[in-house]
Amino acid sequence: MHARHIFLSAIAALVGGVLACVAASAIAAPDKIDPAADAKAFQKYFTDKFPQVKFEDFVNGPYSMNEDMRKQWEEKEQFPPYEFSLEAGKEVFATPFGNGKTYADCFPNGGLGIRQNYPYFDEKEGKVVTLELALNRCREANGEAPYSYVDDEMASLTAYMAFTSRGKPFDIKIPNDPRALQAYENGKRYFYTRRGQLNFSCATCHVQSPGERIRAEVLAPALGILNAMPIYRSEWSGMGTISRRLVTCNSQTRAVPLEPQSDEYRDLEYFLSYVSNGLPISGPGARP
Amino acid sequence: MASTIRVRATVSGDTTEVQALIQHPMDSGFVKDAQGQIIPAHFIQQLTFEHGGRTVFLANWGAAVSKDPYVKFSFKGGAKGDDLKINWMDNKGATDSTTAKIS
Amino acid sequence: MKKLVKNLVRNLGFAAVLLAVLLLAGAMPALAASEQDYEAAFAAAAAAEKQAAWLRNEWTPTEAQLAAAKKAAAAGDFAAAITAAKEAEALAKASVFQATSESERWKDMEIR
Repeated sequence: MHARHIFLSAIAALVGGVLACVAASAIAAPDKIDPAADAKAFQKYFTDKFPQVKFEDFVNGPYSMNEDMRKQWEEKEQFPPYEFSLEAGKEVFATPFGNGKTYADCFPNGGLGIRQNYPYFDEKEGKVVTLELALNRCREANGEAPYSYVDDEMASLTAYMAFTSRGKPFDIKIPNDPRALQAYENGKRYFYTRRGQLNFSCATCHVQSPGERIRAEVLAPALGILNAMPIYRSEWSGMGTISRRLVTCNSQTRAVPLEPQSDEYRDLEYFLSYVSNGLPISGPGARP
Repeated sequence: MASTIRVRATVSGDTTEVQALIQHPMDSGFVKDAQGQIIPAHFIQQLTFEHGGRTVFLANWGAAVSKDPYVKFSFKGGAKGDDLKINWMDNKGATDSTTAKIS
Repeated sequence: MKKLVKNLVRNLGFAAVLLAVLLLAGAMPALAASEQDYEAAFAAAAAAEKQAAWLRNEWTPTEAQLAAAKKAAAAGDFAAAITAAKEAEALAKASVFQATSESERWKDMEIR
C-alpha cells in the first residue's frame, strides 16, 4: 500500500515535471524578451535616421523635423493654446471631492512631478496602470463618477500633472515579473501589428515615415511621442488625452478602436513609454 | 471664473507688441452636435484694445475665426506701466474686459 | 363588328389577368428567396465579423456595410441588402486574414 502510494506520486511528479518543462519551453521558445536591448535599438534607429535632431528634441514631434513649423510653434508657445486647459486642470486638481479628500491623496508626492513614472506595472493587479486610469480609480475610490477618457476634464488633469513634471526624464520600470515582461511584449506586438482596412501599424507612420507629410501634417517620431501628452490639437480645436490619440489613430486606419484603457492600449503605452526612457516630459504639448 | 482674456504687452523702442489669447467657443453656426442638432452661431463680433483713451486695435470678427482666438499686433507709443484696456462683445451680447499693464 | 370588339376586349382582359397571375407567380418566390438569401448572407457576414472581433481586429468599413445591409433590408430592398452583406463578409474575412497573418509577420517591422 505504502509502496504503491510512493510509486504513484513518483509518476505524478514525473508527469508534472514534464508538463512544467513543456510550459517553460512554450514561454521561452520565442525570442527572449529583452526590453533594455529593445529600447537601445529603438533610440538608435531614430538618432541614426535624424542625426541633426538633438536627443531631447524628439519629444517635440514634428517640430523637431520641420524648420517652418518649428518657427510657428515657438511663436505659439509664448501663448500656448493649452493654457486654459492647464489652468482648469490646476483648479480641478486642488478641488476636494465630496468626501473632503483630493487627488493629491491618491498619488505619491501629492501628485506633483510624477508623470514620468507612469504607466507602471502593478504587481498586485498583474497589469499596467496608466496615469489616466489611476486618476479615474482615484475618483471612484472617493465616491466620484469616473471621467471620460477622451474628454476635456481628463485632459486638463493630465495636462496639469505633466506640467508639474516637465523636464523630468521618463523613468518607466519593468519589474522582474514574467507578467510585466509579457505586458511589455504585448504592447510591442500591438505597436508593430498592421490593422484596419488601410493595413497600417503604428510603426508604418511613426517609425517608417516620421518627418514625412501625411496630407498637410508632418508625422511625429514614435520616440518621445508620449512625452508631450496630453496635446492641444489645432485640428481638434481642443485637448486630447493619450486615450483619445490612440482611439483616433485606430479609426484613421479604418480599424474599429478598442475601448479606452483596454489591456492592449495600456500595454502599448507601457512599451512606448519604456522605449522613450531618458527623454524629458514636455507635456502638455501643442500640435497642428 | 477667471478672465477669458490673457494679454501680454511689451515695449521695445517706440513700439509696443501685444499678444492676446481669448477663451471663446466661436461657434460658426454650421456645425452639428452629436445629436445632429445645429449648434447656434456664437462668436465674438467686436474686439478692441484701448491705450490712453485711443483705440489702437479694433477687430470686427465673424464666424470664420477659430475657437480660443489668438491676436498679435504692435502699435506706436505706449510706455512701461501704461494701462491697456481690452474688451470683446459677442453676437449674444456677452462681454468681457480686462486691463493689462504694459511691461 | 360589335361582337368582334366585345370578343377582343374579353380576350384582352383575359390576357391581362393571365399576365398578372404569371407576374405574381414569378415575383412571389423570387421575393421570398431574396429575404432568405439576405438572412443567410447577413448571418455569414456577422459570423465572419464575430471572428474578427475575437481577434480584436474589426474594420470600420465592415461595420458600415453591415449597418447598410440592415437598413436596406428594413426598407425591403433585399437586393441591395444582399450586396452590402456580401461586401461586409468579404471585408470581415480580409480583416481575419490580416490578423492571422500579422500574428507572426509583425516582427518583420520590428526595430532590433
